[in-house]
Amino acid sequence: MIALLLRDLRLALRAGGGFGLGLAFFLLVAVLVPLGVGPEPATLAKIAPGILWVGALLACLLSLDRIFALDHEDGSLDLLATAPIPLEGVVAVKACAHWIVTGLPLTLVSPLLGLLMNLPAEGYPLLLASLAIGTPALSVIGTFGAALTVGLKRGGLLLSLLVLPLYVPTLVFGAEAVRRGALGMDVATPFLLLGGITAGVAALLPFASAAAVRINLR
Amino acid sequence: MDLTVTNLACARGGVTVLERVSFGLSGGAALILRGPNGIGKTTLLRTVAGLQPAVAGEISMPPEAVAYAAHADGLKATLTVAENLAFWAAIYGTDRAPHAIQRMNLAALADRQAQNLSAGQKRRLGLARLLVTGRPLWVLDEPTVSLDAASVALFAEAVRAHLAEGGAALMATHIDLGLAEAEVLDLAPYRAETPAGAEPADDPFAGVTA
Repeated sequence: MIALLLRDLRLALRAGGGFGLGLAFFLLVAVLVPLGVGPEPATLAKIAPGILWVGALLACLLSLDRIFALDHEDGSLDLLATAPIPLEGVVAVKACAHWIVTGLPLTLVSPLLGLLMNLPAEGYPLLLASLAIGTPALSVIGTFGAALTVGLKRGGLLLSLLVLPLYVPTLVFGAEAVRRGALGMDVATPFLLLGGITAGVAALLPFASAAAVRINLR
Repeated sequence: MDLTVTNLACARGGVTVLERVSFGLSGGAALILRGPNGIGKTTLLRTVAGLQPAVAGEISMPPEAVAYAAHADGLKATLTVAENLAFWAAIYGTDRAPHAIQRMNLAALADRQAQNLSAGQKRRLGLARLLVTGRPLWVLDEPTVSLDAASVALFAEAVRAHLAEGGAALMATHIDLGLAEAEVLDLAPYRAETPAGAEPADDPFAGVTA
């Protein structure tokens, strides 16, 4: 399993692996929104939590179709399905690798982008924490969507349509946690719900994803 | 290592292509599947490998016995030959990667990225993966595609060594590997009989266009 994780990370970092894609997209969103909305600091501060969360979510969405598509094309997925590690483990490791390659860098650069968006000072630790807790759910749910659409040519649109509704609770509670934090309000409730979603999908969805991959390999 | 297939029926895209297939394979033996294109050789091999369920019948063999190799080699273009094999060795928990590189004559290519290999060299690397798995039953779908004569001989030699170690091989191939000891199973008699023009029964759109 560790070998699979290391291989996926290595593939992502080598040429054509798509490592910087999500990160670059996130940066562009955070740079372009102030240009489009105008330099009014009060307006920016108000929309900053929502824009940063939407940007992170869409950046995650960009690379989802690569999770299984490449392995399916070159036959690795067939071989992994007959390998001694369970397919549930394979999909869990792939979700984990996706998070390390997209969710983690997004989380780490988010304070910098918060600066561009004039996020109030109280918001920074909460932005970091909410992304750190919320983005794993995006990767796990995305892996499930990718498992459902593996083998479909140009399945990207279907994948987005399947996954976006499932992303909504994470987006709502993640952005709400940052917004409340920036206003100095109590943040326990959205944080607990955000953590609950992540824990729930991480526990359940690998089984569903593995079942979907099995059916799609037939 | 014993593989027994009894009264197997398997389907491709919802249509049963083979019926009543029965054969046995024990350690040290090889079985070559023959038959015209579309008869269901790949379908049968995927069913035996456990990638798709059988429509009817039984397959009995020890658990985790199969090493499967198909048309696609499962290679990562940006990893080197050695890295590709080391990955599969780690997945299967063996340390046979150097041995496999030696066996399939890949030593000179070990540090090249897989994307810079020729089709035949990729194929050799794909077959070297079989040696890495340490699994007793090789299920091979057209293993010799794009191999030159020397590589085919090299591959036949690897299969022979595998059989001598007590392994078994089930393969679909159109060319003669020169494996004198291999039995041949012609799949033509097992072709599923579908009534003329019959569509799969569960097709909700059957007859809509008529």
